[in-house]
Amino acid sequence: MHYSVDGRGFYGEFGGAFIPEMLHSNIEELKSRYLEIMEEKDFQDEMQQLLKNYVGRPTPLYYAKRLSLHFNAHIYLKREDLNHTGAHKINNTIGQILLAKRLGKSRIIAETGAGQHGVATATVCALMGLECIVYMGEIDIARQAPNVSRMKMLGAKVVPATSGSKTLKDATNEAIRDWINNPNDTHYIIGSVVGPHPYPDMVARFQSVISEEMKWQLKEQTGSENPDIIMACVGGGSNAAGAYYHYLDEDQVRLVAVEAAGLGVDSGESAATSVLGTKGIIHGSRTLLMQTEDGQIIEPYSISAGLDYPGIGPLHAHLIDTGRAEAISITDAEALEAAFLLTRLEGIIPALESAHAFAAMSYLKYRPEDVIVINLSGRGDKDLSTYIKKMES
Amino acid sequence: MNRIDQMFQKKKGEILNIYFTAGFPELNDTEEIILALDRAGVDVIEIGMPYSDPMADGPTIQESGSQALKNGMTLDVLFNQLKVIRSKTQIPLLFMGYLNQMMQYGVDRFLNACVAVGIDGLIIPDLPVDIYELELQEKIEKSGLHIIFLITPQTSEARVKKIDELAGGFIYMVSNASITGAKSEITNAQLDYFARINAMNLKNPRLIGFGISNHQTFNQACQFAQGAIVGSAFIKHISQHGNALKNSIQEFVSQLRGN
Ligand SMILES: Cc1ncc(COP(=O)(O)O)c(C=O)c1O
Repeated sequence: MHYSVDGRGFYGEFGGAFIPEMLHSNIEELKSRYLEIMEEKDFQDEMQQLLKNYVGRPTPLYYAKRLSLHFNAHIYLKREDLNHTGAHKINNTIGQILLAKRLGKSRIIAETGAGQHGVATATVCALMGLECIVYMGEIDIARQAPNVSRMKMLGAKVVPATSGSKTLKDATNEAIRDWINNPNDTHYIIGSVVGPHPYPDMVARFQSVISEEMKWQLKEQTGSENPDIIMACVGGGSNAAGAYYHYLDEDQVRLVAVEAAGLGVDSGESAATSVLGTKGIIHGSRTLLMQTEDGQIIEPYSISAGLDYPGIGPLHAHLIDTGRAEAISITDAEALEAAFLLTRLEGIIPALESAHAFAAMSYLKYRPEDVIVINLSGRGDKDLSTYIKKMES
Repeated sequence: MNRIDQMFQKKKGEILNIYFTAGFPELNDTEEIILALDRAGVDVIEIGMPYSDPMADGPTIQESGSQALKNGMTLDVLFNQLKVIRSKTQIPLLFMGYLNQMMQYGVDRFLNACVAVGIDGLIIPDLPVDIYELELQEKIEKSGLHIIFLITPQTSEARVKKIDELAGGFIYMVSNASITGAKSEITNAQLDYFARINAMNLKNPRLIGFGISNHQTFNQACQFAQGAIVGSAFIKHISQHGNALKNSIQEFVSQLRGN
């Protein structure tokens, strides 16, 4: 596979582990053990059993008839919104909690933007009886209140990140600092394909169940394993990485990454990293990120807390850099409109993050006969107050 | 000879390295702080290049950096402020910052500018040893700047030896598994670690940093290493003494040294 990570932890020139010495032993332990642990039979058995009976996998692949008619294409939805806790995030937290247990860790930390990863982490910690601390930007705590309450009910401690833009980037900084301060008993469950190697590869592997199921589901429903196009929203890029994973080397399958343009790519209030980003280092990874000429990281903006991140995972930087993936950016207003379109045509209220992927249909170049899979990464319960505001305006 | 090496040749113990954030509390305090620290008898000065996302730093240094950036600090401004510093002092000067800053400025351009203003060494906490060897060692060695690496209680003996081979100037011993930030006590586990590294007879001198905040912790550090590094405690001090900067620096250093 020429899009997989190399021995040094890089995808082409992106990736690596740019970490302070204080994290070296933790990252080294993870790097030397993750593949071996993931391949153990009892790990696989326990994970598969939980994914099936606890998470509710496989998630359906649903042919969206009315949406297809609307756009004059063949659109299938991969229903990650139907997972327990309401998004794809739990695919990763189930895997990482089982790994953390085998590494003998008793304390779990995580960062969260929309709160979906925080909820998914708090959930598996409750399931395993482990202590859970979730860092969340102060702004995100306000705009994703239902998820904050869910985390608390699940027994997690939610710690506000008050520095910088007070969103996902800053929550990630705080989680990294916590890990530096607690090197022995703590595992950091990163929520996306970001951070130092081996996280991007590990999280992509845990999310790869999405495309693994897509293959046989498409075969069943269309007669071919391969769609023409796979489209997913990209914050850090974990749901997209999972949806692309088993198709990375199938060059005839187009991969489309949908980013948040916020108020518009040129507005100064955006999170469209592939357009606005340059090569640099964020959270221990060399990738594309939004930064000033002086290397200061720019505070991003999106209506969607899960896409409000100034970088993308190194795999996606590599896919975009090599032309393997195309990028489309979608504004707040377009995403909101798409959320209502999907709701009225199919009776599915999507997460604001996922709504970006649907909005991209208006920009995508396709033929009427194309089979398009859109990864519906999460459900919209957490965004209801934003949707209510839109209805009232 | 590099000014850091000269200093360690002359002075064998009780070495005091003070960190401050460039552009804090006011944009143009850089020269005044350096000269006041020099007069107060500090041995090495670490100039922090303020960064938006300083992952190895605690709240005190991060907040000073945010303020410095708001004040308008950039690398160009900093290099400009330091243009004539070498006509005023010969104290060893280090830059402390993050790899992304150096990368965006351009490695060659950055190193040339450091050499031009008379910087003696670099501390880049998120530059891992393997990336250094692969991408930067040749250039940094050619520049004559020293690269200062960190070790922690978790760093294996083999790795400490490897870092000792690659490092120049001195080794930065992180006192504890932690981010920067003033703590007031040193634990027995830390003392064991200090003694363990002390017994390794490394070729580079060592300074102990992170959590050194007063005379007692400075003294303890000096028993196991050539000296210590003080950052957050100094930043806290100057944020309380904005206007009376010069006098207060003398007072802070005297209290640390206990004289
Ligand atoms: C429903 C949903 N989709 C997508 C994302 C973005 O993350 P990623 O790009 O890692 O899939 C999030 C993040 O919180 C989310 O909650």
